[in-house]
Amino acid sequence: MASKSVKLLWALSFSVILTLFSFQVRAAEPAAEQAAEPVAEATAQPTHEAGKMDISHEIFSHIQDAHDWHLFSIGENPVTIPLPVIIYSPTNGLSTFMSSRFEHGHAAYNGYQLNKDGKVEALDGSKIYDISLTKNVVAMFLAVILILILFLRVSKKYKENGPDKAPSGMQNAVEACVVFIRDEVAIPNLGKDYKRFMPLILTIFFFIWIANMLGLIPGGANLTGNIAVTCCLAVIAFVVMLFTSKKHFWGHLFNPPGMPTAVKFILVPIELISLIIKPIALMIRLFANMLAGHIVIACFVLLIFIFANLNVWIGGSFSVISVALSVFSMLIELLVTAIQAYIFANLTAIFIGQMIEDHSHHAGEEGFDHTDTERELSL
Amino acid sequence: MGLLTPDFGLFFWTLLAFLLVLFVLGKFAWKPILNSLSERENSIAKSLATAEQARKEMASLKSENESLLQKAREERSLMLKEAKDNAEKLISDATAKAKSEYERIVADAQSAITQQKQAALTEVKNQVGNLVIEVAEKVLRKQLANKGEQESLIKDLVDNVKLN
Repeated sequence: MASKSVKLLWALSFSVILTLFSFQVRAAEPAAEQAAEPVAEATAQPTHEAGKMDISHEIFSHIQDAHDWHLFSIGENPVTIPLPVIIYSPTNGLSTFMSSRFEHGHAAYNGYQLNKDGKVEALDGSKIYDISLTKNVVAMFLAVILILILFLRVSKKYKENGPDKAPSGMQNAVEACVVFIRDEVAIPNLGKDYKRFMPLILTIFFFIWIANMLGLIPGGANLTGNIAVTCCLAVIAFVVMLFTSKKHFWGHLFNPPGMPTAVKFILVPIELISLIIKPIALMIRLFANMLAGHIVIACFVLLIFIFANLNVWIGGSFSVISVALSVFSMLIELLVTAIQAYIFANLTAIFIGQMIEDHSHHAGEEGFDHTDTERELSL
Repeated sequence: MGLLTPDFGLFFWTLLAFLLVLFVLGKFAWKPILNSLSERENSIAKSLATAEQARKEMASLKSENESLLQKAREERSLMLKEAKDNAEKLISDATAKAKSEYERIVADAQSAITQQKQAALTEVKNQVGNLVIEVAEKVLRKQLANKGEQESLIKDLVDNVKLN
């Protein structure tokens, strides 16, 4: 894909620039703080020294989950929305409190503290289960509310207008996407049995797409660029794959037809690994793509401060280029949000399609599998 | 680096959120949307098929009408021709009949005349015969004293009577 290679090129070239300049950045330059870019945020950290700009920390704090929603910083004081922390500890039971109790990692509360990665840990080092409503969780709830409102309203319109009235407004937009998913993703990959999987594929597609787009909003959470989210989606897809798989698939897996016995001993483990790799590929692909996009945009914006650290005037004039570049990559990201959602939905459909494939495909098996793998690779 | 290690909490909430969305949308959104989509597609396909059917019917109706019209025209000309023939035949029949009647009447009249004439002649002959006999009687009563005179008289009389 063109956009992917372009992105790769950018990521490469700018990582080179970043490493070149990151040494100079260490030279303190308070002028960097004067441009109140909301994207250039820095969660306060015990190790963070005033006036210094740690680029990689900036970027990682931007793309990682947090226990509070950072909006912007005024001088050295970050303005954040505190979020609830919910922790279950086998020894101490359930405890809930607001993340503001931690005072951005400066204080411990109730036997818990934030470590330098922004994660909650017990002071005594015991095992805890952190199910806090973090920034990503809250963003996901927002996405869920948005999705539910959008689609329930659209479906209400279908119920009110009946099937024979031309769609209008949001219904029209949703319908185009639904028809696209049905005709381009579900039917070609799942065949006549596609109706059973339509809800899953549609939900995957729209969930990812809307979550992706919410992540693009400045100050938004990098939801789909978080491996826990993509891992969960991949696990769901994998569970569905396993539960819908037919005997034919497993027969082919454990006893590939037309192979000498010796080859079977090599082939079966490979096939098993490829089975496990399918959800892992789903997980990594979405995660890496969205993360890379966020990093690229953050890099463009941070370039302003890198240059400003060299010289205020260079930084000021470079901001024009940098904003133009980040707008450009933002537009590409907008495209990527839809493409990645489509790819996730499409690959899920392809994998499920391989699982439910039955004997009717036997004649064209070789070609069928081959084209599928090729499609997989091209995505 | 924490980037590649999935958080348990986020995983848990994602699972919950996704399954919630899947359940709610599956029940209340995708079902009606997909159903009405396929319903609409069916109804569009049906309407198109119906339109095509109607078009075909129209075409067949038109050709049927045309053939009917053609047939009607043929029938009309046939009827006209028949009527004309009938009229001619009627006229000729009437003429022939009139002629034969006329001939019959004439023939009848002629035969009647002939008959009458014969009857009249016979009557006249009879009358004449009677008259002659009367006259002859009268004459004979006076003149026929002798036989010779008688015979010559009869002979004369007979010769004189000539049938027309």
